[in-house]
Amino acid sequence: MTATENDKQAQRKAVMAVLAHSDPSEISGRLAAITLPDHENLREPENGLVMVRGRIGGDGSAFNLGEATVSRAAVRLSTGQVGFGYTLGRDREKARMIALCDAMVQSDEFAGLIETKVIAPLCAAMTATRNRKATEAAATRVDFYTLVRGEG
Amino acid sequence: MYVAVKGGERAIENAHRLLAHERRGDRDVPEVSLSQISEQLSLGVDRVMTEGSLYDRELASLAIKQARGDMIEAIFLVRAFRATLPRFGATEPVDTGAMQVRRRISSTFKDIPGGQILGPTFDYTHRLLDPQLAEGFSPETPETSEASLAATPRVTDILGRDGLIEPSPKADAETPVGDLTREPLSFPADRDLRLQNLARADEGFLLALGYSSQRGYGRNHPFAGEIRFGEVEIEFMAEDVGFAVPLGAIAMTECQMVNQFKGSATEAPCFTRGYGLAFGQSERKTMSMALVDRTLRARELGEEVIAPAQDEEFVMSHSDNVQATGFVEHLKLPHYVDFQSELGLLRKLRKEFAEATEAPPMQEAAE
Repeated sequence: MTATENDKQAQRKAVMAVLAHSDPSEISGRLAAITLPDHENLREPENGLVMVRGRIGGDGSAFNLGEATVSRAAVRLSTGQVGFGYTLGRDREKARMIALCDAMVQSDEFAGLIETKVIAPLCAAMTATRNRKATEAAATRVDFYTLVRGEG
Repeated sequence: MYVAVKGGERAIENAHRLLAHERRGDRDVPEVSLSQISEQLSLGVDRVMTEGSLYDRELASLAIKQARGDMIEAIFLVRAFRATLPRFGATEPVDTGAMQVRRRISSTFKDIPGGQILGPTFDYTHRLLDPQLAEGFSPETPETSEASLAATPRVTDILGRDGLIEPSPKADAETPVGDLTREPLSFPADRDLRLQNLARADEGFLLALGYSSQRGYGRNHPFAGEIRFGEVEIEFMAEDVGFAVPLGAIAMTECQMVNQFKGSATEAPCFTRGYGLAFGQSERKTMSMALVDRTLRARELGEEVIAPAQDEEFVMSHSDNVQATGFVEHLKLPHYVDFQSELGLLRKLRKEFAEATEAPPMQEAAE
């Protein structure tokens, strides 16, 4: 794989991660504000399961922990780009929107628009939520101190 | 002779109608919503997801509502639902070391990189009923402080660097992972299958077994090396896409028990491990699971199997509460014909008994 292909894949993955973490209504709101290219469903959005795997001891061989619901979809732009959408949960429309964004990220014409109008604000919201949770947890961190008794 | 008994249909229909009515309760009281269950009874939802073996908060909340709060009935409903969907495949194994930690404690080391983070816990509460909660109560917003950017490595990884704890078993990526939802159980079972079974197992059953091992029924001298709860990223290798796609994050709890030693003439003694992992914030479950994971390693570690918690066939065959409740509760279904045959046999035995005891002992005397 060339360096450019690697970069492209990393970019698609980062976009998918932000979208998978985002609220569907936030995604649809952002998408409604931009002009979308002509597209069609290549695979009708569907629900299914994935088996979630853990590792023995946290870092050993894999074992099957339990399943999770997922949704997936595939969308093709009229210009040919094919996008895929996968997300936890049973929201098929969310999977379709992710697929559409993934297709647009692969189009030179739309990649910039998606990045600035959809992904960047959603990424900021995702980071803010993470930071809030991290600062809440940090306040419950134990600061040990030692009582000195008697004379040293 | 086979006699079909009919006539229960209307009674069953009306019983279900009555059930729906009772489930709703007093109609002057507002109906509970799924988001209320999910948000305010969240540990119950976590348990139903873990033992129902399906991560979906909304479905678990629906199951709890439909089951009127009966957790095992709710778990049963979730298990039945999962059979209706196709499985796309298995995720990449999760990296709990990269968890966004919301709680993380160790009872073995005071100072651990990343610190002891208590998070939302019942620990150190006084267990006094709080009358404030009986009325509309609005809690304070949580305190915040600057989050550390330092990593939170697993305590067992730190012990492992010095060789003080046994390494986790490593299989190459080609080795198939056992799946008890696809193949029936057979014994002896490998650790991957045992952990899958324990992850789905009834919390109360594992709690009792873990407790029994602490009290001396099976060799176990554990420390809670680490318990962590938080969000873990999930990735799925999607063949159509050509790379591992991110699916979002799942809340999980992990427990690493550190247990007494193994060693040999050729290997230096080191701590051994028991491991627990579950969906959501399921601390008691993962602690119990880690205790029982360790006791079930008796055979592998050359320990004498003397207690129920060490007997994998006993533990794994009785740990699933959906199977257990199915067999226990089937006793209330009509067994009229079976019972008639036993009744007939009993009458015959009693008749024989009566004849034997009433038979006059005169014969002996007469002789």
